[in-house]
Amino acid sequence: MTCHRIGHTPGNSNDLSPLGMDGEADETVAVGDDCVPGRRRRVHGMLKLYYGLNEEGKAAEESESLDPCDINGPHFDPELYLNKLRRECSLAELMDQETCMVKQIRSLDSDMQTLVYENYNKFISATDTIRKMKNDFKKMEDEMDCLSANMAAITEFSASISGTLQDQHTQITKLSGVHTLLRKLQFLFELPARLNKCLELQAYAQAVSSHRRARCVLQQYSHLPSFKGIQDDCHAIMDKLAQELRQKFRDGGSSAKDLSECVELLLQLDEPAEELCDKFLSHARSRLESDLQGLEAEIRPYPSAAKDASARRGCNEFVSSLCLVITSYQELFINHAQTGELLHAFVDNLAARYFSLVERRIQEEKSVGDNSLLVRALDRFHRRLQAVAKLLPGSAVPNKGTEIVIRAATERVKQYLSALQSFYMDSLTDVRQALATPRLSVAGRDAPNSLPELLSSLSASILNQIKSVLASVHLFTAKDITFSNKPYFKGEFCSQGVRESLVVSFIKFVCQSSRHFCESAGDKGGSTPPALLLLLSRLCLDYETSTISYILTLTDEQFLDQHHSPVTPVTTLCAEAKEAAQKLLNHYVKVQGLIISQMLRKSVETRDWVNTIEPRNVRAVMKRVVEDTTSIDVQVGLLYEEGVRKAHSSDSSKRTFSVYSSSRQQARYAASYTPSAPMDTNLLSNIHKLFSERIDIFSSVEFNKVSVMTGIIKISLKTFLECVRLRTFGRYGLQQIQVDCHYLQMYLWRFVSDENLVHFLLDEIVGSSAHRCLDPAPMEQSVIEVICERG
Amino acid sequence: MEDDAPVIYGLEFQPCSVRAPQARALSAQTAETDAIRFLVGTQSLKFDNQIHIIDFDDENNIINKNVLLHQAGEIWHIGASPADKAVLTTCYNKTCDSRVVSCAAVWRMPSDWETGSHESPDDTAHNPQTLELLCHLNDSAHGNAACVLWEPMGDGKRVISLADNHALLWDLQESSTQAVVSNTATLEGKGQLKFTSGKWSPHHNCSQLATANDTAIRGWDLRTMSQIYCIENAHGQLVRDLDFNPNRQYYLASCGDDCKVKFWDVRNIQEPVKSLEEHSHWVWSVRYNHSHDQLVLTASSDSRLILSNMVSISSEPFGHLVDDEELSEGEDNHQDDKGKEPLKDSVVSTYEEHEDSVYAAEWSSADPWLFASLSYDGRLVINRVPRALKYRILL
Repeated sequence: MTCHRIGHTPGNSNDLSPLGMDGEADETVAVGDDCVPGRRRRVHGMLKLYYGLNEEGKAAEESESLDPCDINGPHFDPELYLNKLRRECSLAELMDQETCMVKQIRSLDSDMQTLVYENYNKFISATDTIRKMKNDFKKMEDEMDCLSANMAAITEFSASISGTLQDQHTQITKLSGVHTLLRKLQFLFELPARLNKCLELQAYAQAVSSHRRARCVLQQYSHLPSFKGIQDDCHAIMDKLAQELRQKFRDGGSSAKDLSECVELLLQLDEPAEELCDKFLSHARSRLESDLQGLEAEIRPYPSAAKDASARRGCNEFVSSLCLVITSYQELFINHAQTGELLHAFVDNLAARYFSLVERRIQEEKSVGDNSLLVRALDRFHRRLQAVAKLLPGSAVPNKGTEIVIRAATERVKQYLSALQSFYMDSLTDVRQALATPRLSVAGRDAPNSLPELLSSLSASILNQIKSVLASVHLFTAKDITFSNKPYFKGEFCSQGVRESLVVSFIKFVCQSSRHFCESAGDKGGSTPPALLLLLSRLCLDYETSTISYILTLTDEQFLDQHHSPVTPVTTLCAEAKEAAQKLLNHYVKVQGLIISQMLRKSVETRDWVNTIEPRNVRAVMKRVVEDTTSIDVQVGLLYEEGVRKAHSSDSSKRTFSVYSSSRQQARYAASYTPSAPMDTNLLSNIHKLFSERIDIFSSVEFNKVSVMTGIIKISLKTFLECVRLRTFGRYGLQQIQVDCHYLQMYLWRFVSDENLVHFLLDEIVGSSAHRCLDPAPMEQSVIEVICERG
Repeated sequence: MEDDAPVIYGLEFQPCSVRAPQARALSAQTAETDAIRFLVGTQSLKFDNQIHIIDFDDENNIINKNVLLHQAGEIWHIGASPADKAVLTTCYNKTCDSRVVSCAAVWRMPSDWETGSHESPDDTAHNPQTLELLCHLNDSAHGNAACVLWEPMGDGKRVISLADNHALLWDLQESSTQAVVSNTATLEGKGQLKFTSGKWSPHHNCSQLATANDTAIRGWDLRTMSQIYCIENAHGQLVRDLDFNPNRQYYLASCGDDCKVKFWDVRNIQEPVKSLEEHSHWVWSVRYNHSHDQLVLTASSDSRLILSNMVSISSEPFGHLVDDEELSEGEDNHQDDKGKEPLKDSVVSTYEEHEDSVYAAEWSSADPWLFASLSYDGRLVINRVPRALKYRILL
């Protein structure tokens, strides 16, 4: 086969050679000196082509070989090619073409010769090798035959051996079964002794597990006397063991872990679970109670200090051991349904005691200083109880704990309220002192303590205090505090607790205490300095206008309440503050009015008006009245706005003076002692009264200076009038009153809203004193003026 | 109803009605229980002062007046004898040697004053009769008289006069023509103490007296003439008047310059039982109704008269207690009463008929639903308790 192929190859190469030569020539023309590697590859390629080995080159070949003029293509048509050359090329070109082609043919021939030579050698060596192989295989076949014969013999032997061993094997299996049974039996027989040993060594757990393994077997074979004996022995021993365990359990001195181990073993020994529960719980109880006692003892010696530490320790010890008890209990008695209630009762009971302790401890926490400590302690407390809640889902303990926290929080709020209140009262005392001091140190130094500054510092310090309290209380609702997301702290605490019982209550307290000033001071004759009344009145008014809404907005912002429970609206508080301000101001008017009234009254009552001398001066008391009124005017002007007054004429004192003395008044008391014109005057006075509005002396005033001053002057003059009516005057007495009234007239009109009021009252005074005069001879108006101007 | 409208009477001097006189003194004629009659004393330094006897004809709504001359001086206080209609006391000022002196005296009305006036009520030319002086209640040692108090419900034999800082207990002898000081009490203390007013308690056998001086109220035992209690600072200012609750022996009303009316239980004098602040100026007079002590009348220099219904501290705090018999008869009425709200203290009415300070107010001794008030300008106003209230109290 090989030979045949070799022989065939040179024959074929004849066909190929012109082709190859042509391609080679083309290549040389195109590429130039790309000779050796390219050529070898082409030779290879051609061989491959010949043997049909080249698959990858196929496509390329097909694509380019359709041209019949391609000398290397498979469809090459020599006739066509020759024609084409002859048509297209000149003679010289044809000549060149011819020489080139001859050259190519020549090189292709030599190539082919080399190839044939090489292949020939290889074929010869291959023939040799095949011949050698033929000989070797013959030898091998013989050996294989021998081997198969041997194997057949071996199979035969092995079958005979296994046939002979069959019986012995079954016997051995049986024997090993017996052996294990015997081992078990031995365990059983040794069991009592082993149990005893365990008992001695107090390895209860091992004993119980051993016994448990043997128990079923013993039970099953108990009808056999020997087993029965063993069972009895075991029972006796186990009873003893149980006894011992129980004893140990009863002693209770051991740790919680030991106890739970004991209980576990006993349970495995089928002890009644309920009884164990009880005992277990009672042991736990005694231990926890000792904890509690420790806690209690700790509370007592430190009534006020180290809240944080003691609460922390208390929480740690008690609650964690409680948790331990609960876990072990639940592990132990997991399958005894009814025992759950027992545990609940137990936990509730102990927790109640614990809570009472905690509550006592919290109640002792009175100092308002640092709220964060308390909040932290409560937080810890609450967090621990959450652990209990997780362990014991149905328990009321965490709820009670939360209640305690809530109570503590409300208690805290109350404390803050009272702290705020006492702070307020203290600052009032400070203000009072500040008001008192400048009077001692005379006018020069009173600038720093002036009313507006006192007012602003007072209201600022109160506001600061409120803010700091709010900040402290805000700790209760901080995000990182476990109980802050309880519905109570989200809703009620904010609205009812902080807003209502802290902020609103404080504002109400401020109003109430202000009202209290009005009431108490009235009876004890003005124990409150009038300036303080004025100041407080302004404070309340400021509260009404802005501060209350500011504080409440602040509170609402900090304590956002989602529940919108009904709260005291700002308007009610404002109304209350306004009412308080009104009362205070009214009271201020009253007190100041009374101080002046008192002077006037004393001056009227203590003088003998019948036997007085002809007036030469305005009495000193009138000057004092005017001075005091002026200083009150200044005082009120510091805090209150001017207010509106009825229009004055350009020179009020002069104009009204003339009206007052010449026209009506003159006519009035001229008439009272000249019977000639009786009805006129009477009528005049009555008509005047008919048309003038009734004057309410102690009436409400408005929040401005003029109104306040009007009130004070009204009170003073009315007192003057009533006092005059109780006296009897001589001629000069009347004249003195005339002078005094004129003096008042000159100075007081400027303070009041309606000067006619002053005129009317002064008219009445002079008129009444004229009636009460034994010898009414009024002084000349000009003289009065001279006296008054002289001062 | 027209009879709820006030009846106003302006005092005039008789016979020549020059102008309205000033007046402060008003009293009901205590011994008169049939006719509604008030006594008014005038204050004038220039004319003879008079006592006007005002008769009110309830049915016809007409006022009859009679005038008696009181020539001794201007009248500051009138007291009518509880036993004898014709006897009265006055405190008056008189001037002698350019000094003003306050005196007190017991007077008798002339027996025929009534007949005389009835014949010619409008006869201005008719000369008024003069009061007959029975005796002076003056003791030169004891200073100026502020007021004279008759023994309540007594036989008209004992009076107390308050003069400066003395309380003098007088026995009137020989049909009141002679007065003898039987006992005295003196107010002692710093400064010039002076009684401003007083009231003789109708309780405890008429053995107690309450007086006011400055801001204090004092109680006295007349048997020993010693002080029983003292309410210091009862009012912020001067105490102007007092009255005893006619039905509750320890209850006392007071009023003063602090515009307040206060009600005291004298067993506990630390705090008033109740305090009213309705007036806008000094309160000059406070009077309990003689029969229905929840009705309290106050007069003030703010020209107002206020009638208050102080149920809560009255002797009938739950309203009129209905007897069993009445109950069976008028079941329905009683049911209605029960249905009503419990009575509260309230101002019944404010009377604004006066245009000057009202210094005195009095209940009629004959008609418990009627009262008079007197203002400085000489205007006497007679008013009735509103019908609705009257029926509520009665039924």
